[in-house]
Amino acid sequence: MSISETYVRYRRTLSEEPLAIGVVLVALWMAWSLASGLATGGIRISSLASLVWDGLLRGLIIGLAGIGLSMTYSILNFANFAHGDYLTSGAFAGMATSYLVAGIGENSVGALLLVGAGGSVFGGALGIGVTTSPAAVVLGALVAGGLTIALALFIDRFVYKPIRDESGIALLITSIGVAFALRYLIQFVFGAGVRGTTASGSVPRVDVPAFDGTFRVTAHDVTLILVAAGLMLGVHLLLQRTKLGKAMRAMSDNEDLARITGIPTERVIRTTWIVGAGLTGVAGYMFVLWKGTLGFNDGWLLLLLVFAAVILGGIGSIYGAIGGGIVIGLTASVSVIWIPSEFGRAAAFMVMIVILLFKPEGIFSGRTTA
Amino acid sequence: MSVDDVRGRLDGLFERDVTLVLAVLGAIYLAYVLAGVAFGYGLRGQLNSIANLTFYIGAFGMLALALNLHWGYTGLFNIGIVGFMGIGVYVTALVSKPPVAEGGAAQVGGLGLPLVVGVVAGVAVAALFGLLVALPALRLRADYLAIVTVAFSEIVRFTMMSRTFQEATVPDTIDLTVAGVRLFSFDPAADTIGLGGGGGLILNYTDPLEALLRLLFLWEPYLGFVAFVERNFIPNNPKPVIDGVVYGIVLLVCVGLFYLLLSRTGKSPFGRVLKAIREDEDVANALGKDTDRFKLTAFVLGAALMGLGGILWYSGRGSITPPSFRPNITFFVWIALIIGGAGSNTGSFLGGAIFAGVLYEGPRYVKNLVEAAFELGDAPRNFGEAVAPLASLDPVPFLVYTLDSVSQLRLVIMGVVLIWLMHNRPEGLLGHRKETASSVDLSRPGDDGSSGNPAAADGGETR
Repeated sequence: MSISETYVRYRRTLSEEPLAIGVVLVALWMAWSLASGLATGGIRISSLASLVWDGLLRGLIIGLAGIGLSMTYSILNFANFAHGDYLTSGAFAGMATSYLVAGIGENSVGALLLVGAGGSVFGGALGIGVTTSPAAVVLGALVAGGLTIALALFIDRFVYKPIRDESGIALLITSIGVAFALRYLIQFVFGAGVRGTTASGSVPRVDVPAFDGTFRVTAHDVTLILVAAGLMLGVHLLLQRTKLGKAMRAMSDNEDLARITGIPTERVIRTTWIVGAGLTGVAGYMFVLWKGTLGFNDGWLLLLLVFAAVILGGIGSIYGAIGGGIVIGLTASVSVIWIPSEFGRAAAFMVMIVILLFKPEGIFSGRTTA
Repeated sequence: MSVDDVRGRLDGLFERDVTLVLAVLGAIYLAYVLAGVAFGYGLRGQLNSIANLTFYIGAFGMLALALNLHWGYTGLFNIGIVGFMGIGVYVTALVSKPPVAEGGAAQVGGLGLPLVVGVVAGVAVAALFGLLVALPALRLRADYLAIVTVAFSEIVRFTMMSRTFQEATVPDTIDLTVAGVRLFSFDPAADTIGLGGGGGLILNYTDPLEALLRLLFLWEPYLGFVAFVERNFIPNNPKPVIDGVVYGIVLLVCVGLFYLLLSRTGKSPFGRVLKAIREDEDVANALGKDTDRFKLTAFVLGAALMGLGGILWYSGRGSITPPSFRPNITFFVWIALIIGGAGSNTGSFLGGAIFAGVLYEGPRYVKNLVEAAFELGDAPRNFGEAVAPLASLDPVPFLVYTLDSVSQLRLVIMGVVLIWLMHNRPEGLLGHRKETASSVDLSRPGDDGSSGNPAAADGGETR
């Protein structure tokens, strides 16, 4: 490309994309203010590291939750607004199991199964934590995945399947109905209160040195990373090494063609729900284990960030979902360096909006369901 | 006269939208009055209950009509309604709240301008934000637009809640002088302005109803009427009750104005282009219509109407707090629109009325009715205590708990109703009423365009 061509291109960009220029300017300003903050000592490296660490973990949760959303989005072709409440369902199912395993014998089964509704049992008193009650946590995660799969299959059978051929918008509106029904049924059963779920005082922690200070890493952080990495690797192998992955990719490209080729589309859809919902349930449980509180609104509040991650990464791409999740998580956490902390989530949404405007196919575009 | 003839006439009668609207409203009001009789309400209680019902019918009717312009006419999937409502009412509050010196206990002051100015400013700023969202977002696919708009409404709510915008001191005297005329000035030092943070804003301006009636020079006659009612019907302080009823009527009048505006818009050449965009944007584009402009105008107009809806809903409330502006309200309006059937203005209003009367307020009345009918005692504190007695075949605690949680369960009911509608009546309870983009009757020759013909519904709106 000659210099003059480049010049013409830049001039065109300048005149046609005022928004893009705005974004670039904002990015430059952010880089400058971060650099000068670090240079003058206004921003400590250790606090930056702790924000990055927090954002990374948050991003792993979002990414893990995003894989399921991304899969159903690309294969069933609709944005599932009930996905956040699948996360909540998984969290409640898993925590009820953990409570039951950790507290059986000393407390009433009802109170344990209701995750201490109304302050009848406290997670801290039961010593819920990956080191204090490993069996309860493992079982909780398994049940979270299992019950969310059952729930997703049940809802798919009775809600989505009858209108499978409708437009994506009709399904989206239906999923809003599912979200309402699920969320407030959960509130009906488990109550509206936000409860502490873990014995946060007794979770082992280390202070990692970082130049001018330390940042804290807890056992739950490490657990989250291990679980997320394991599940992501598993999904990767599932989709790359099995016929199922190929069938899914074929379906997300063209469903009619896939059916003609002999791919059992309904079975692929069912498998998609199983894999997606399983990951979602575990993600919901890990989220609650990691942050230590549980309320009926948690999943819904996370949903928009999950959408942001999925769109950022490109719908249908599981690596995109993970990468997008980490970008969104980091944005929500680290942005407090530049803007007031109340706007962390707003910043993540802004990133999503900007991506939608400039690269609606996502930053990791070109792949679907693999 | 043959039987068919009679049936034809009856069908004709029911096809008339006015009859239909009046019949539905009549049924809802009758149910509420009967419930009031069952509660043993006096005149005051009945009027209160009616006023409350009318308020929500008006509010949801207006918002459903505004949404119909977005979704029903233009096919813009906006789920950020509550953001525009919030902007409208917050701007109204900022403009019309008295400065702190006058406002007394209220924590944050405002500009102290008349309420009319505040309302106009609120609507204008809502429209402005509509433009701001629409300019970039209208290029997007429907589902992306949905996510962007809901994210926008959440950003609006975060802004309302944030400490950053909670309170700002207005630094010095600010005089706005145009051509030697001082338009307004602030009392310095004490003056603060802001969004109030999590605590919200106290709306300590003139009561909106009073402001409206004063504007129409009806305030004195109104006070006379209140005194008359006090002498003859409701002794001791009937004003709040009458205020409520009259405000409800004002809202219904506003619904009428929305309806007129939107049905005129829908039938205009502008509206036909909108419907064409809804059906197929590429075709409309190919026919030489600048669809982006049309979509933009429709979105901004709808956003302004949503802002006005928000102002009319919340400005008489005494105070506003950010939690009132959660996305749930948006979805309520959507459910109302889908009940009535997107694409038809009559359907939108009817959907709003049915939603308000049956789904939004209805469950609470059922609960009160049951509680009035049976002596039930205290509800169990949680689900466990409610379910445990089921083992010994005692369903009463569970039922009491269910009744007690009716405010949550009504959202479950709404969700289930939405799913049911999407399965069975995606076109709304009124059936196929979507107005076609064509300006001429598309029904076949020889067909007189009576019942059950979708294309004829276009003319059916104002008959």
